[in-house]
Amino acid sequence: MLPNRSGLPSHEHGHAHAPDGDPQQPDWSENELAAGQVLELDDRPIRGHSYWSLAIRRLFRKKLAVICLSLILFMYVGALLSPLITPYDFRAIDLQNTRQGPTWAHPFGTDRQGRDMLTRVIFGLRTTVIITITSLLGGTLVLGVVLGLMSGYMGRWVDSVIMRTGEVTSSFPEILLLLIFVAAFRPRLLVVVQQFEDATGIDWLIRLGVLDFTLISVGLAIFGWFGMARLVRGQVLQARESQYTEAALVMGASTAHILRVHMLRNILSPLIVSISAGLAGVAGAELVLSWIGVGVFPPVPSLGRMLFENGSPQVLMNHPHLILFPIGTVTLLFFCFNILGDAVNDAFNPRTR
Amino acid sequence: MGVYVVKRLLWLPFLLIIVSLVTFALLRFGPGDPVQIWLGQHQNDQVRERIRAKLGLDDPFVVQYVRYMEGVITRLDFGESFQFRGKSVREVIGTRILVSMQLNLAAVIITLGIGIPVGLLAALRQGTGWDNLIVAIALAFQSLPVFITAPVLLLVFALHLDVLPTSGWGGFFSPKIIMPAVVMGVPGIAIVVRLVRASVLDVVGQDYVRTARAKGLPETTVRYRHILRNALIPVTTSFGFILAGLAGGTFIVEIYFGIPGVGRLSLEALNARDYPVLMAFAIISTTLFVIANLIVDLMYPYLDPRIRLGAGHVA
Repeated sequence: MLPNRSGLPSHEHGHAHAPDGDPQQPDWSENELAAGQVLELDDRPIRGHSYWSLAIRRLFRKKLAVICLSLILFMYVGALLSPLITPYDFRAIDLQNTRQGPTWAHPFGTDRQGRDMLTRVIFGLRTTVIITITSLLGGTLVLGVVLGLMSGYMGRWVDSVIMRTGEVTSSFPEILLLLIFVAAFRPRLLVVVQQFEDATGIDWLIRLGVLDFTLISVGLAIFGWFGMARLVRGQVLQARESQYTEAALVMGASTAHILRVHMLRNILSPLIVSISAGLAGVAGAELVLSWIGVGVFPPVPSLGRMLFENGSPQVLMNHPHLILFPIGTVTLLFFCFNILGDAVNDAFNPRTR
Repeated sequence: MGVYVVKRLLWLPFLLIIVSLVTFALLRFGPGDPVQIWLGQHQNDQVRERIRAKLGLDDPFVVQYVRYMEGVITRLDFGESFQFRGKSVREVIGTRILVSMQLNLAAVIITLGIGIPVGLLAALRQGTGWDNLIVAIALAFQSLPVFITAPVLLLVFALHLDVLPTSGWGGFFSPKIIMPAVVMGVPGIAIVVRLVRASVLDVVGQDYVRTARAKGLPETTVRYRHILRNALIPVTTSFGFILAGLAGGTFIVEIYFGIPGVGRLSLEALNARDYPVLMAFAIISTTLFVIANLIVDLMYPYLDPRIRLGAGHVA
């Protein structure tokens, strides 16, 4: 990705030349690097150790992080494939077998209406996963990166407009506004979508929760893009002053080229750090919204809703499986997010090393 | 410095106008008629129309907005609550905010009181088993959602051991505050621990720490005056947001423990379409957010004399 050109006086490149555990350079301890020393680089080309391969190697050296990454991937893939892998229909009611503890037929037991908990947990996870992906990757990332790049690189009034707008969106009381936002738009959109469904014969938009997913993702993105944009802007401001950008400008590179090659690549690693840290936040927001009752509406299963219905000490005492399995899933997911976020930060953030 | 503060404060009214306008528009745009909810089943169209007219709900949007904001700006009057008839919003919110603030303060004391020393300890034992253990435990606690800590604590301490009251509110010094404060405070500990740890590790490698040690200062002086003070700068940033959050409610904890705070009130207000209360919330939380940010910015130069406000561009 980033080519290794020796002799550039930038810190990041300096780090790129310090492969961990390279026996030929024994004295560059990590603490000295952290102190911000400019390394004396010789002109020996170092092959096969780009900044990225080093960062990824550092990440994969942490066993716990790798385990967590695999668990997250496992849960994400399982959740997205939920209709294919779940043993039951998430709406199938079986009033003969309500609130059963775990059995071979129902590994996570059954809920109040005899629905299979394993199926519902997987579908609930799917809700969380879909909203995380659409809101974080679709909304926050695209909005944040594009607006941040524009703000940082173009400056002047573009910068002012974007930054002030961002300050406004971030000073809203987030959850309250999301509540009002959903309460205001959902009923109206519901009518529109119902008419659309009647007119076209498509019948899965509401049933499968497409409407809810879209609404929450849009809401979360509106209030969430600014952090990302500010981060990107800060990085761009730094990169803009650098000599390689100046060199590119002098050589007549276009704005688009500079943004893509010189800016975007430089902000990639803080971006990765910020995304991996933001995953848990978005997932948590979805849980809270559904718990309060404005997130995803029944019949679409959601973990937040399950936790709300079963979150009393009485349930915990009498039918613990009703809450322990959903909460176990949530806790495992969040633990993995946190561990991964830390590890990614250690591996990709030059300042923490 | 003075100019900087004034500039920042001048920005506040614009923010407030936009925030209140958007909130107001969303509320009016959304369905639901507060008067209808309030009258319940005893519907009488005539009565309903009369009340709507009296509250001015049939006036054009702009007229309603200007009338409301005029009261807020000139008299700090947020109107009369729709759901608690005859009570002013100030009255309704005032008591609730005090409750939420005390609860949040208790939670913050737990978070910082445990987080800062533990983070420092982890950093000073960097690379040893202690360090890993502390960080792992903190992470595990951070990953435990309120949804499980609240019922488990209730089950253990209230139902089984019967040592703590289950729910309700009795003021800052009542034992009723313990469980909700712990539930709210514990997840944040991990954040503070990691922040303090990372920041201490960053500072430990600085030249001035080496200089301080080299000139023979006692280790405690180096630790507290040179390391801790500088390491706390990033922590103050999050402290500002903690301040802003002080008046904000936490929906989940307040509902679980039956605490009459802001979070519960705003949910009730939303269900009753109590527009004046919701507007007041939006305005108050925005103001607090801006002021808290300002306080954080003002605290930086005190903690780190290298930072000068207002010089150059302010990012």
